[in-house]
Amino acid sequence: MHIIAFLIRRAVQAVIVMFVISLIGFSIQDNLGDPLRELVGQSVSEADREALRDELGLNDPFLVQYARFLGNAVQGDLGTSYFFKRPALDVILDKFPATFELVLGATFIFVGLSIPGGIYCAIHRDSWLTRIIMTGSIIGISVPVFLTAIMLVWLFGVELGWLPAFGRGDTVELPWGWDTGLLTLDGWAHLVLPSIALSSIMLPLFIRLIRAEMMETMGTDYVRFARAKGLSTARVRYVHAFRNTLLPVVTVGGLMIGTLIAYTILTETVFQWPGMGFLFLEAVNRVDTPLIIAYIIVVGLIFVVVNTIVDFVYTLINPMVKLPGAKA
Amino acid sequence: MPMLEVRDLHVAFPQGKTDEVEALRGVDLHLSKGERLGVVGESGAGKSMLAFAILNLIAEPGRVSDGEIIFHGQNLLDLSEREIRRIRGNRISMIFQDPMVTLNPVLTIGTQMMETLRAHRRISDAEARRLCIEKLKEVSIPSADSRMEAYPHELSGGLRQRVVIAIALLTDPELIIADEPTTALDVTIQAEIMALILKLCREKDVALILITHDLGVVAEVTERIMIMYAGKCVEEGPTRQIIDAPRHPYTYGLLRALPQKVGRGQRLYQIPGSMPPITALPSGCAYHPRCERVTDRCRREIPELGDGTACFSPLTPVEAAS
Amino acid sequence: MITWRGVLSRFLGDPVAIGAGVVLLVLVLMAVFAPLLAPQNPYDLMQIDIMDSEMPPAWRAGGDERFLLGTDTQGRGVLSTIMYGTGISLLIGAGAVVVQAVLGITLGLIAGYRGGWVDAFLMRLADIQMSLSTLMIAIIVLAIFSAGFDANTYADYAIFMLILIIGVAEWPKFARTVRSSVLGEKNKEYVDAARVIGLPPRRIMWGHILPNTLTPVLVISTIQVAEAIMTEAALSFLGLGMPVDRPSLGSLIRSGFEFIFSGSWWITFYPAMVLIALVLALNLLGDWMRDVLNPKLRRGED
Repeated sequence: MHIIAFLIRRAVQAVIVMFVISLIGFSIQDNLGDPLRELVGQSVSEADREALRDELGLNDPFLVQYARFLGNAVQGDLGTSYFFKRPALDVILDKFPATFELVLGATFIFVGLSIPGGIYCAIHRDSWLTRIIMTGSIIGISVPVFLTAIMLVWLFGVELGWLPAFGRGDTVELPWGWDTGLLTLDGWAHLVLPSIALSSIMLPLFIRLIRAEMMETMGTDYVRFARAKGLSTARVRYVHAFRNTLLPVVTVGGLMIGTLIAYTILTETVFQWPGMGFLFLEAVNRVDTPLIIAYIIVVGLIFVVVNTIVDFVYTLINPMVKLPGAKA
Repeated sequence: MPMLEVRDLHVAFPQGKTDEVEALRGVDLHLSKGERLGVVGESGAGKSMLAFAILNLIAEPGRVSDGEIIFHGQNLLDLSEREIRRIRGNRISMIFQDPMVTLNPVLTIGTQMMETLRAHRRISDAEARRLCIEKLKEVSIPSADSRMEAYPHELSGGLRQRVVIAIALLTDPELIIADEPTTALDVTIQAEIMALILKLCREKDVALILITHDLGVVAEVTERIMIMYAGKCVEEGPTRQIIDAPRHPYTYGLLRALPQKVGRGQRLYQIPGSMPPITALPSGCAYHPRCERVTDRCRREIPELGDGTACFSPLTPVEAAS
Repeated sequence: MITWRGVLSRFLGDPVAIGAGVVLLVLVLMAVFAPLLAPQNPYDLMQIDIMDSEMPPAWRAGGDERFLLGTDTQGRGVLSTIMYGTGISLLIGAGAVVVQAVLGITLGLIAGYRGGWVDAFLMRLADIQMSLSTLMIAIIVLAIFSAGFDANTYADYAIFMLILIIGVAEWPKFARTVRSSVLGEKNKEYVDAARVIGLPPRRIMWGHILPNTLTPVLVISTIQVAEAIMTEAALSFLGLGMPVDRPSLGSLIRSGFEFIFSGSWWITFYPAMVLIALVLALNLLGDWMRDVLNPKLRRGED
């Protein structure tokens, strides 16, 4: 019951967000791209051009054109890439697995390290390891992602030659058309450096956040009461304190999705990782308008979906919050 | 032999890089089986500190710097963390002040009860559940069965405090330390909760240390009273005697400040001044700047608790009766 | 009570703070006096000779003493481009934070002082904008901008666009902080007194409340300059920021990036070190100030 209300409400929100994004996408197409440039050369006469414009509906009123754009978009038609001569959405979606696996790898690293790291620093406030981690984290926050990436490429890719530094390596195509690098050793080897680079700015941020929140929950009355009940240290820390630490961490995690997507563009650029971000930057350089629009719309969609998932997870771990909109 | 005996307890907190200040400056306490003791004082007197120190739960960076806490002949301060955990919540339970923040918001009532049992007993889930529901019924929680799955925020403050009391009773402890168990509650249910605690302690012959700033409450519940001021005990004795014939001027002041003692139309009495912070204690008796009976000696020397009161010029019974 | 004398004495007692302060001061002075100090003017084509390109630092084989830190692919001295580039990075960082502060303080004051639906609306807007990520907004806006204009126009306006976009996208951080301090100050006696004597709301906000919220604003500003410089560097690295002929530290790193693998590491390495030093110094100072001035403010909430 609650879940249905929640889903309906999120769906409405998603529609609004996507409407705004589509409006942006359309105005880009309207103002930037000249579809004629792609279809015909410079040699065609002005009268022929005008006839073609009429035929293509480019002289229709704004609303008519927008409605057509929206109609096509809903059917998955976001125009044809000038460069690839293929539907823009197909081109973008072909690159989705690469970006997804990169984000997956990075998430694995920063979640896997920031949770134990943050908890350790909160519990052993003055130990030498905490000092090292905290000093390291402020340095980590101060090094831009692309520099971390460059250093990794240079050190492990070029100087030491331990790991491949460019591309995805061997991939295997799964039956539903998903190109995965996770089934070959070469694919895994290629994933290591980009994942580390992408996680490098999230990791110190989350260590600091988890430490601060954990320190706060460790000082609460309910944690003290849990100790007064004679529970084991592990249970007090991980069931009582950490469960509550997770709440703000998940919230901030949701806020970081946009940043993480932005960092994939930087990481993919340095590692020439054939994902959506790398493709997007190429499209910008080639002024491939349909591809730029397709990217923005796909990223907008990912943003909406992931945010909904994060909201949902938050309500699962926080019994005090009913699903938004489920109150009624 | 008393069940619990605290001897010369000192608790210190670091101040700056090398200094320490004392929040408890040598407190003694003794308690027999089934006895109910009230610890009374203004906030900041160190009452809660005493409660937490007994279970070795002083929050970092504070520490017990000196003294002994003897429970059944064993010094609790000598125990390892693992050993004292067998006492906490098992033989000595605590009831905290504010039930709104005592229970963990993300765990169900059932989880928070059963985990306590399981930490101290080897019992099956079904048996643990049965015991928990039984306790919830004992503290008069309606529809106890379904409350097991409830989260704290779904319960009122009064009900939450009943849950906390139920948790404290789960393991049939010998002693319950209740730290201002009714102060955070609605005035209308304060008496109810206090009566419940008293009833349960009597029925099960559980000893009680009741920490409060309200002399009126302890008068009704406890057999003995200990008055604390600025980290020290200033007066101690049977409840009736302290209420009827206080000897320390501070106790006298607290009694005069009780609304019950004031006739209609009279102005409520208030002890002048306020308790000094532990970082800036005056010389001699810590109470002397506020005391009406102050002498030169009070400014120089710290009075010791001999004969039930720590005062150089205690009130006579005649004075106290006025 | 915090006194300036107290802050100064704590500063002098903290080697990390002193170190960060000195590094920042040196970099700022170096950037401000670049025209006087730099061995060459990298913008002056007369001083650049393509024959000098990709020379290693002076102390290495093949180095030239005219170019202490070597030269880049166009024959510009790396030391000189760094000195000028640091200035551009700092200018954009500071400029963006001025925009952020003006917008954020104004909206934060209004939200906090007015309350009600104005407050609810502004804070909701702030939430949405924060979740979209400044870097993502900037990348998309600049991508459209660069696709829509030719390279020369783009190069001319890049610096203003960067300041404006980073400035506008980050206003919520200031607004939130100012709003929460306003809520704390609003009901204090001196505000009541000002209201009683009939001062108009605007005078009360700017003249009475604002001065009392300046401490947290100062802390945030420092960290925000660091963030703005990082964002600018990322954008320039992607080719969406400063053009190569008027390079910021980010564009310098971009221009040298491809040549690391052919051995000319110095073109990237030195600007990168300066960028890290600059951001780290600002972050350390920001953290230090937060600890000293306002222990309640915490990073990581954003």
